[in-house]
Amino acid sequence: MIRVILPQHLRTLAGVDGEVSLDDQEQPTQRTVLDALEASYPALRGTIRDHGTAKRRDFIRFFASGQDITLDSADDPLPEEVASGAEPFRVVGAMAGG
Amino acid sequence: MSRVRLLVGTRKGAFVLTSDGTRDDWNVEGPLFAGWEMYHLKASPVDPGRLYASQSTGWHGQVVQRSDDGGKTWEPVGNEFAYDGVPGTHQWYDGTQHPWEFARVWHLEPSLTDLDTVFAGVEDAALFRSVDGGQTWQELSGLRDHPTGAQWQPGAGGLCLHTILIHPDDPQRMFVAISAAGAFRTDDGGETWRPINRGLRSGELPDEDREVGHCVHRIAMNPSRPDVLFMQKHWDVMRSDDAGESWHEVSGNLPSDFGFPIAVHPHEPDTVYVVPIKSDSEHVPPDAKLRVYRSRTGGNEWEALTDGLPQSHCYVNVLRDAMSVDDLDPGGVYFGTTGGQVYASPDGGDKWTAIVRDLPAVLSVEAQTLP
Repeated sequence: MIRVILPQHLRTLAGVDGEVSLDDQEQPTQRTVLDALEASYPALRGTIRDHGTAKRRDFIRFFASGQDITLDSADDPLPEEVASGAEPFRVVGAMAGG
Repeated sequence: MSRVRLLVGTRKGAFVLTSDGTRDDWNVEGPLFAGWEMYHLKASPVDPGRLYASQSTGWHGQVVQRSDDGGKTWEPVGNEFAYDGVPGTHQWYDGTQHPWEFARVWHLEPSLTDLDTVFAGVEDAALFRSVDGGQTWQELSGLRDHPTGAQWQPGAGGLCLHTILIHPDDPQRMFVAISAAGAFRTDDGGETWRPINRGLRSGELPDEDREVGHCVHRIAMNPSRPDVLFMQKHWDVMRSDDAGESWHEVSGNLPSDFGFPIAVHPHEPDTVYVVPIKSDSEHVPPDAKLRVYRSRTGGNEWEALTDGLPQSHCYVNVLRDAMSVDDLDPGGVYFGTTGGQVYASPDGGDKWTAIVRDLPAVLSVEAQTLP
């Protein structure tokens, strides 16, 4: 099981409380986790990554195992703790706005 | 007895205000979509239970919501607004060319006749249409592909398509307005468009007859006389009697002809409402008095409507989509302010009452008359 923690606005949009659980993946990456997330919750399409280009939206960041992995390649393997479900993959809204 | 539902979009969520036909007592529900910018909500005239809402934030971009039960429950629908083909460029503030980039939906206009057809006016300016209730969107690219497209330049609020009017007798004819390009008309259901800006004078443009480059803030019509259009331009209140072929100024005795919204009375096609604002550099009411001005002569002669509105120390603005009328008799007029007040006048503007006073800044108000 892969665990994903979403920011509040996206939990509301997806209609979930707390963490999201996704099926195990052999070697999860940012891309494969987000693909699975969007497949399970289509309302999230376009809200984390742009449609078409899959480019990360400017005010979104990704954390795993206490590390900011936002700027890592979308195809880099995620830490083993995320793959095993010991640690969540966190989608974070940057501090911005008013 | 008929009822009225006001769909109010704000900087931090949406609110639904309902009343019976007396429009004396109001029930306030919300916020819906708390924390999101709600640029616009509008109901389908085909089914009063079908509502569309434009929801966005800087973090998560654009979402479109749809309700099929009058706003009790909502469902996110399609939010992919892909420009048709290679988008190309438009003019940027500094005169250079800038790629067309989708930012948000400013205005949603449901079809007058088909429940699942709805139009979206977006920034950067383009018109999209959905024929499946908002699930998917296709650009009507004949508008943006007009030969003047590369000359379109954003206003201070962005290059936004904010007004969509559908001709009630001829669904092939539609009007749209773009800041700061101008007004456009189609006579073939949106396939091709042409600018309709003859007669507009924008002081900053050296060429008085320039086809585009006019900062149109809002256009309004009365459905009983749909080829008569009223326009609040950046400066100047304008009127067209020939579906936009030509425009003439009807600012008359207004204390300022700068403003954003304009509305026409539901039953009196020569009764028009504007909210004068001091200037484009200050965006506050003249003399710190919030006054709606009403013309009963189709323009030029205007009277100040002040009963119930603050007449001192008032520095709010009324944005372009934040004024609306209902269909009751007598006709009701409504507007919301950047200070969070929503005012109602069930007697066509003679007296005003604040339904609510402390909402987030109001972006849009749509009045829906319910059976």
